[in-house]
Amino acid sequence: MNRFLKFIFLFIFLTSNALAGSDGDLQLSNKSKSTKDCFEPLNRATFAFNQTLDKAILKPVAKGYRSLPAPIKKGTGNVLNNLSTLITIPNNLLQGDFKLAGINTGRLVVNTTLGILGIFDPASEMGFPVYVKEDYGQTLGTWGVGPGCYLVLPVLGPSTTRDTAGMFINVMGGDPYYNISVNGNNEYLDSQLFAVTKILSGVEFRSNNIESLNNLETNSVDFYASVKSLYTQDRANKIKNIQRGSIEVIYKEDDDWEEIDTK
Amino acid sequence: MKKKIILSLFFIIFFTNFNPAYSISPDVFIQSTVNRASQVLSENISKEEKIKKLKLIAMETVDIKGVGFYSLGPARKGLNNDQKITYSNLFENYFLKSFSSRLAEYTNPEIEVKNKQILNDNYTIVNSILIATDDRPEVRIDWRVYTKNSDNPLIRDLIIEGLSLARTQKEEFASILNSNDGNIDALFKILEEFSNN
Repeated sequence: MNRFLKFIFLFIFLTSNALAGSDGDLQLSNKSKSTKDCFEPLNRATFAFNQTLDKAILKPVAKGYRSLPAPIKKGTGNVLNNLSTLITIPNNLLQGDFKLAGINTGRLVVNTTLGILGIFDPASEMGFPVYVKEDYGQTLGTWGVGPGCYLVLPVLGPSTTRDTAGMFINVMGGDPYYNISVNGNNEYLDSQLFAVTKILSGVEFRSNNIESLNNLETNSVDFYASVKSLYTQDRANKIKNIQRGSIEVIYKEDDDWEEIDTK
Repeated sequence: MKKKIILSLFFIIFFTNFNPAYSISPDVFIQSTVNRASQVLSENISKEEKIKKLKLIAMETVDIKGVGFYSLGPARKGLNNDQKITYSNLFENYFLKSFSSRLAEYTNPEIEVKNKQILNDNYTIVNSILIATDDRPEVRIDWRVYTKNSDNPLIRDLIIEGLSLARTQKEEFASILNSNDGNIDALFKILEEFSNN
């Protein structure tokens, strides 16, 4: 029953998402879609709530995490990356990138065994290509599903209807780690451990971005809009699987510059 | 006599070809700009003094007016001349404060120019990396350089790890205008408040 409800929720999310991103005239296509802020007042309220939570809990914890010895942070990051390959591999396959799926499977096997449950990253030392995470939101994007409406999720932060739907796919069977730890029947993994790893992912991200987010907040005239812009740009880059910072991202979509030249 | 002829020829050739302006390659321009900024940031002076010096560098090397009008998006079309002047002044103050404050947080950043890609006569993208330190990983920074006047290239955008600062600025301003029913005075007020604080 629970699974059925999740499926219904996901279905509604995806169908409304396709409509929201396209003004109703085109649901699914390969054209780039703009991200509408359909729920801006609610999003801004959630953003304010998240900021309060961040200042009270996440940021201090992230600062504490940063003060840990470098090998512990490195090992934690490696374990979290290794776990994320469990989501990346099926998404490589769904995006038709079979070669990369093979490489990432090799990486997972090497790092889980030789790397002692992912604490170390011998795969990189052996010359495996740089690891790039993929998720179901990105896969939906590569299939032509537009971002839909911009969403700010409580605690979790910026997202879109498409990316939130992607997260639901994780808990509907798309994340093997979730399946084994939450739904599986074993003595080593449970839902608490799953929650801890997710929290650690958040803390690690926050710890890596303390200065940049501080800086952004101090120097923005609308911090909410800045975060929204950076999130949507980052997701667009990831969906296109374009190497970050490449000309394709920054030039082709920005003909506004040409107009400035005529002024 | 021979010497005089050679000397005369030299002067004729020199002055007929003399051009006080000289073309500067965008990658050399960026490397020289970041070197100047790095030097300021590594100096043993107060943060306020650093900001002051960084502002001067930004005024020489960034097309602040162009970035400003780009950031305004479609709203720029509705401005009259007085509003354009007001906006340009407000944006310049806002930009210089915001830009220099952001940069002043870094101490002795090492930026290495790696490559350049000429997009057309007007634009070249210069690729660089901010060298990793113990506290942060390597950061990729690309610069959109406006090269219409090759003697005086100007920076129009910084793309950090694929995220365009100019685009972020544009979306930030669009959000403010949207929240205020497109009222440009609301944006003017916010920019003024930011600069005065």
